Amino acid sequence: MPKLDLSAYDSKGFYDEMFDENNTVRPNYKLFLERLEKMSPKKLKNLQHSTDRAQLSLGMTFNVYNDNQGVERILHLDIIPRIIANKEWNHLEKGLQQRIKALNLFIQDIYNDQKVLKDKIIPKEMIFSSVSYLKELEGFKPPKDIWCHITGSDLIKGGDGQYYVLEDNLRTPSGVSYMLENREILKRTFPELFETLGVKPVYNYTHILRDTLEHLSDAENPTVVVLTPGTYNSAYFEHSYLAQQMGAELVEGRDLIVKDDVVYMITTNGLKRVDVIYRRVDDEFIDPEVFNKNSLLGTPGLFKAYLKGNVTLVNAPGTGVVDDKAVYAYIPRIIKYYLGEDMILPNVKTYICDEESDRKYVIENIHNLVVKQTDASGGYGMLIGPKSTKKEQQEFVTKIKNNPRNYIAQPMINLSRVPTITDDTIEGRHVDLRPYALYGEDIKIIPGALTRVALKKGSIVVNSSQGGGSKDTWVLNS
Amino acid sequence: MLGRVANTIYWMNRYLERAENYARFMDVNYNLSLELPPNEEEQWKPLVIITGDWPLYESLHEKAEKDKVIHFMAFEEQNPNSIYNCIVNARENARAVRTEITKEVWEQINALYYLVKNGSEKKKRSDADLRQFFTEIKNGCQLLYGMYDATISRNEGWNFAKLGQFLERADKTSRVLDAKYHFLLNSPNQVGSTLDLIQWAALLKSVSAYDMYRKKYGKLTSSSIAEFLILDRDFPRSILNCLIRAEQSIMTLSGSSSGFSNAAQKQLGALKAQLEYTDIDDIIIQGIHEYLDGIQQKLNGISTAIYEAFFAIETDN
Repeated sequence: MPKLDLSAYDSKGFYDEMFDENNTVRPNYKLFLERLEKMSPKKLKNLQHSTDRAQLSLGMTFNVYNDNQGVERILHLDIIPRIIANKEWNHLEKGLQQRIKALNLFIQDIYNDQKVLKDKIIPKEMIFSSVSYLKELEGFKPPKDIWCHITGSDLIKGGDGQYYVLEDNLRTPSGVSYMLENREILKRTFPELFETLGVKPVYNYTHILRDTLEHLSDAENPTVVVLTPGTYNSAYFEHSYLAQQMGAELVEGRDLIVKDDVVYMITTNGLKRVDVIYRRVDDEFIDPEVFNKNSLLGTPGLFKAYLKGNVTLVNAPGTGVVDDKAVYAYIPRIIKYYLGEDMILPNVKTYICDEESDRKYVIENIHNLVVKQTDASGGYGMLIGPKSTKKEQQEFVTKIKNNPRNYIAQPMINLSRVPTITDDTIEGRHVDLRPYALYGEDIKIIPGALTRVALKKGSIVVNSSQGGGSKDTWVLNS
Repeated sequence: MLGRVANTIYWMNRYLERAENYARFMDVNYNLSLELPPNEEEQWKPLVIITGDWPLYESLHEKAEKDKVIHFMAFEEQNPNSIYNCIVNARENARAVRTEITKEVWEQINALYYLVKNGSEKKKRSDADLRQFFTEIKNGCQLLYGMYDATISRNEGWNFAKLGQFLERADKTSRVLDAKYHFLLNSPNQVGSTLDLIQWAALLKSVSAYDMYRKKYGKLTSSSIAEFLILDRDFPRSILNCLIRAEQSIMTLSGSSSGFSNAAQKQLGALKAQLEYTDIDDIIIQGIHEYLDGIQQKLNGISTAIYEAFFAIETDN
């Protein structure tokens, strides 16, 4: 039987996670490659097929926002893992802990003393003009002073082999269920490799999550619930998965009711008090009395109950201000300000269109830059300069001129690549990395991540809503 | 348990039971049609009538034809009760209560979904394909019941599941008996003729009662068959047996084992007692059709009362 032949694999032009520029395998992939090369192409294909089937039978499907309702897709899981050496991971871990600690202090500050604004570290208009800044929270401190309990930052690796933080995602980062289920599937695909390589486990994520949530309540046996927008939400699989794995009740807004500023769920035996809500509903929709009046997803009175301290919301409302892509540009200064330290994981260079000199540069160099809307996510509302037409570039220039506060630009980063199974061979595809952090008694980074992969050749858009797939991420013990 | 969740579990199980019964009805009717003189209208119309969806059928098709009836009951997207829609709804409900069921149960519901989805997407179906399809639906549902019983705790959710399942099953047994009984007694065939026997046997087979009936009574007679399907305490698809098991669940849910603590428990207990204290001769004197019709109406009343007692909690908001 013919064996898999990777000699024609092209590792040039980008940082490849498996091979260096001389096509020599990197140490962290050595054992994996040996195993891979013993396999026939047919066997590899079969393994990939059984993975697709496993995902369907597990019901790991999501709905795409702009598709017709009822169209379900699986997030394609490519079985070649992304393998991260221990040393590299330790660096990431320290960098993320530093960043989350500083950002949490920053959020507490801007809603309370506003020292960072008085000291002019960041212009106050920048904060007050952010759509995610919630005036209602001024003077409020959440339980244990924790705002961002759950973080799923997006990292990328550039051509220099260096990690950069691209986005912090302090609102309701998704995808962790894929990290957990991908691992379960890959353990069946390559059982012997886990032992030989020594891969750090991720299974305890949901246990730590439950501890993190319970930590926030003073009740003896706090009632913890997961609040979902419902079965039609694209991430519903994850909501139900997490509730089930944590042993928490999965509720919708209509299952909750607020009486005398206390939140209850409506059960077959009457009302039951709720202490902690891990909500997967955006700030804007949680309470029609305070925010979006037309929201059917929320519960009237919920926000007031929160402000009175009768219930805890996770993540805290108002954290989205950090996800604002213009605020992002100030994070290096924010870290320095609160911790007196230099940032361990760098940002991507960011041009703020609201500042005149940056704007001028962006408009002149738009064909070389990636332009992003400051309040958008999911790969929507962006322009990839080098891959866009003149007409598209002109449209963005107009948009920037009309509303400069709403746009930033970054240089195009050559995302690193990982070998990925294609129709008839194995080729490099661009990836990013989303590790998950839980902020409870301390900040824990789960040793694993969701690696998103742009399946289309040459594409750098990894979002699941736009043709991205995923890979399991293995962090090695040594 | 959340009222919404309880309601969802209840209906998930009703849908599954309904899908399984439809698959059964059709499989048996199919088999029967092979041995009877060709008269599509006479053979396939009663099947749609049983389900109560004849008006909808009539609005879509001119007359009862085999292929159209099968499509209507198995795959028609406009028919809310088609096997396709029942399974799709059951799966949607399962998704909504994923935290209340086990991995095994969820994956099996999901497998049923892909079975029915692939079935409905097929452009051409041979008779053999269809028989195979019905068998797979039936087996898939029964596998699911087994997993439900073997992996789910006897908690509140389980009792709502069983309540839904047994009320649905009681309803379906009453309907299949009603239609066939009606049809058979009005048919010009000599009682005891070969044709007649085939029909009675088919009725029993459509609720998997043939073997157990034979064991208990031996000879096929119309009144014994009616007695078996309505009043037998031990056969798991008879109306009385279903009511006994539904009552056990509602007693647990209501927290009272004597008397009643809500309208649902009261009505269910009364219907069960009605069947316990009657015999088949009383029923025949009264008229089987009228009697079964009364049972169906009472079952509908019980379902409404369950909704009010458990799912629509008054919040005086």
